[in-house]
Amino acid sequence: MAKLDSKTPSGPLADKWQKHKTEIKLVNPANKRKYEIIVVGGGLAGSSASATLAELGYKVKNFVFHDSPRRAHSIAAQGGINAAKNYQNDGDSVHRLFYDTLKGGDYRARESNVHRLAEVSVNIIDQCAAQGVPFAREYGGLLANRSFGGAQVSRTFYARGQTGQQLLLGAYSALSRMVGQGGVELHTNSEMLDLVLVDGHAKGIIVRDLNTGAITRHSADAVILATGGYGNVFNLSTYARQSNATAIWRAYKRGACLANPCYTQIHPTCIPVSGDYQSKLTLMSESLRNDGRIWVPKKKEDAKKPPASIPEADRDYYLERIYPSFGNLAPRDVSSRAAMRMCDEGRGVGETGLGVYLDFADAISRLGEPAVRERYGNLFDIYHEITAENAYKTPMRIFPAVHYTMGGLWVDYNLMSNIPGLFVLGEANFSDHGANRLGASALMQGLADGYFVIPYTIGDYLAGQKPGSRPKADGAEFKQAEQNVQSMTEKFLANKGTEPVSHFHKRLGKIMWEHCGMARTKAGLEQALQKIPALREEFQANVKVPGSAATLNQSLEQAGRVADFIELGELLCRDALTREESCGGHFREEYQHPDGECKRDDEHYAHVAAWEYQGAGKTPLRNTEPLNYEFTKMSVRSYK
Amino acid sequence: MVAEHSVKKNFSVTLRVWRQAGPNQPGKFVDYPATDISPDMSFLEMLDVVNDGLTKIGDEPIAFAHDCREGICGTCSCTINGKPHGPGKGIATCQVYMRSFGEGDVIVVEPFRARAFPLIKDLVTNREAFDKIQQAGGFISVRTGAAPDANSIPVPKEDADLAMDAASCIGCGACVAACKNASAMLFVAAKVSQLGLMPQGQPERDKRVLAMVKTMDEAGFGNCSNQYECSAVCPKLITHDFIARMNRDYLAALFRSNFKPVSGASDGGA
Repeated sequence: MAKLDSKTPSGPLADKWQKHKTEIKLVNPANKRKYEIIVVGGGLAGSSASATLAELGYKVKNFVFHDSPRRAHSIAAQGGINAAKNYQNDGDSVHRLFYDTLKGGDYRARESNVHRLAEVSVNIIDQCAAQGVPFAREYGGLLANRSFGGAQVSRTFYARGQTGQQLLLGAYSALSRMVGQGGVELHTNSEMLDLVLVDGHAKGIIVRDLNTGAITRHSADAVILATGGYGNVFNLSTYARQSNATAIWRAYKRGACLANPCYTQIHPTCIPVSGDYQSKLTLMSESLRNDGRIWVPKKKEDAKKPPASIPEADRDYYLERIYPSFGNLAPRDVSSRAAMRMCDEGRGVGETGLGVYLDFADAISRLGEPAVRERYGNLFDIYHEITAENAYKTPMRIFPAVHYTMGGLWVDYNLMSNIPGLFVLGEANFSDHGANRLGASALMQGLADGYFVIPYTIGDYLAGQKPGSRPKADGAEFKQAEQNVQSMTEKFLANKGTEPVSHFHKRLGKIMWEHCGMARTKAGLEQALQKIPALREEFQANVKVPGSAATLNQSLEQAGRVADFIELGELLCRDALTREESCGGHFREEYQHPDGECKRDDEHYAHVAAWEYQGAGKTPLRNTEPLNYEFTKMSVRSYK
Repeated sequence: MVAEHSVKKNFSVTLRVWRQAGPNQPGKFVDYPATDISPDMSFLEMLDVVNDGLTKIGDEPIAFAHDCREGICGTCSCTINGKPHGPGKGIATCQVYMRSFGEGDVIVVEPFRARAFPLIKDLVTNREAFDKIQQAGGFISVRTGAAPDANSIPVPKEDADLAMDAASCIGCGACVAACKNASAMLFVAAKVSQLGLMPQGQPERDKRVLAMVKTMDEAGFGNCSNQYECSAVCPKLITHDFIARMNRDYLAALFRSNFKPVSGASDGGA
């Protein structure tokens, strides 16, 4: 049974991080260059960590499966990044950001982690501005802000609708600088396929070069995973097509606990599905809800009529009606479920009936079309490309889609997993968002972890490792792990199947969306737990992977990733089944208030569920870490 | 106004695709039928469907680069009917929809060809040269933790907006593929301009442009001869005005670097 010590520092909440920083061990500058650190992933967390650790003097090896770290999916975040700067003088503070994030997560995150996140948020904005990130500005030259869901202050910094791109390019520029100086050895097109443990510590990885097929071993003093979320377990999502869970899943199979996998975020404003061939769902930024109003017809029989023909009196602006104090800026989980309820009532719009309107007519008459175009022009363009509709003239149609995963590998306050020497950053860990993430908080967390947390906390581990004690990559553990990877590859290529990988990914996605999507039930989850193992067997018997292992082989890459998704999907359903309450992104129909809101069970479920692998075919072990709230009262989350 | 509802009817096209098994292998065009194509499919979704069909009959699928499929990561890189990123304006390959084509069309699909982008397989090329240029100087040297308060560096809104225009580059390489000289000037100019427009970027302004241009030349990109195919195909519509801006910066930096007094100070001391 894994030992889950959160290592939360004692003392008053606001002093914990300061105190911890002065108490943890340091590595002296001359010794830093004797340590090698592997960082897997090149998104916000991976790039910022690689750059910062190299600046400190550590030798860093960065591995990304993309052809450049600049392509990691952080690039696609649109709306913004939160920070408690209070530049608007509207009452914001570190405490308020902490409280909003904790409440937004439905009281299922650690208080100490969330407070630290709010504290360092202000440093992130300073750092990014100094790097030349072109944030939106006011005419006086100072930084502009906007509002995001789940907050009543304007604390979101942004760069048009491309904030993730600009922040990632900032981190990538810092990383590139360190690559140029020799502080970081960059390995692109390199996919991590196994984690290597030596004496119980994470000391290396096995990597496949995606262009040549070469499999290589790499040892280090510590390993950092910053490999993103697992939302593509649903097949259709707003994730990039290549986003995958392989790194965290292979680490799980080596003993790292996977925490709260059932906390998945369904984003309310995405472009609806159009057909079976679809590979991707496109997000329309939450920032649109600052000016757009969401509605459906009051009467079912109006659902198929053109929106312009439905008079104002027959429209139901349901978010404004149900949640008057937050209105269209109600948090994501709340807004998504409300949209689902409207469609369940038969009032959904569009060909499939799975859609609601996001209408800018009011904003255009209030501000004028040019002002709306300046704020959201690129989003309206994207919408037009995909749907061939002009959203300046007719309301957008939107529907919820899988967007983010709050669950991830379990980590302590130092961001170290239960495997010593294995650190996990960004979306890949479970740490800060509880059961639901607020908008503009993912960028904040990725950069907080990489720029301002890991550079301190990794020293505490490394100080206990003798400089130069790093194992060589030719030990038995490395050979075994490499053999493990080779045999998986060979098995896929030798398989005499008939169906392409995508066939199984689509079917998995359908099972997950139907039984473990926006609303979950005991019966549905039990069905999923029958269907997924059957799908896994069929996949293994019948998948067809053409080509060879010695070249670029995209089918082979996908086969490995989908094999992992199928297994992870099963664990996700198991976690959802055993969490007999509703909280944040996890909504069990059996546990709801009369008005359809989540009904938490703090008495029995105020804990983290951290799953521990027990071997192939065996039921994983459910470990728990209690969530002790010392400073905040776990209250019923209300946005009314 | 009523939504622009069109009558949706599936159709068939012929793909003429560049197939090449590896970097030093011979390549050739091969025709593939793509049947029962919905106009609402993206171009890459159409390739997915064709690839699934090839897999089922035991052929190797067409290798193509893609990831975010929303026009921001810069991974996708097909030259469609002779134009990098295909028929649209201001979009990447992944944002091309099949409604741009019609029944019976022959669609020619090639990789982004350039000397500095060696081919890996089929439609996939190696664009590492772009990373090398960034590593040479595409940054502001600010150590994590050393930044002043963000609002202590005001930036005029006009400059910040222009810097954002330049910064929206997705690093796809269409500019290079479209240029008859395979020049990377638009890509480099976008980064040089973004950082040069901001006060934060001034201390390293000269050094940056000299280093990035030097690395660009060494990587085998050609020269700019002011034809502006680059900005015509740019998925982010980055203007070639930035090339003029970079040329000014480059000349000034070159001049200053030759006439600048050099400090005799060295590190060390008590």
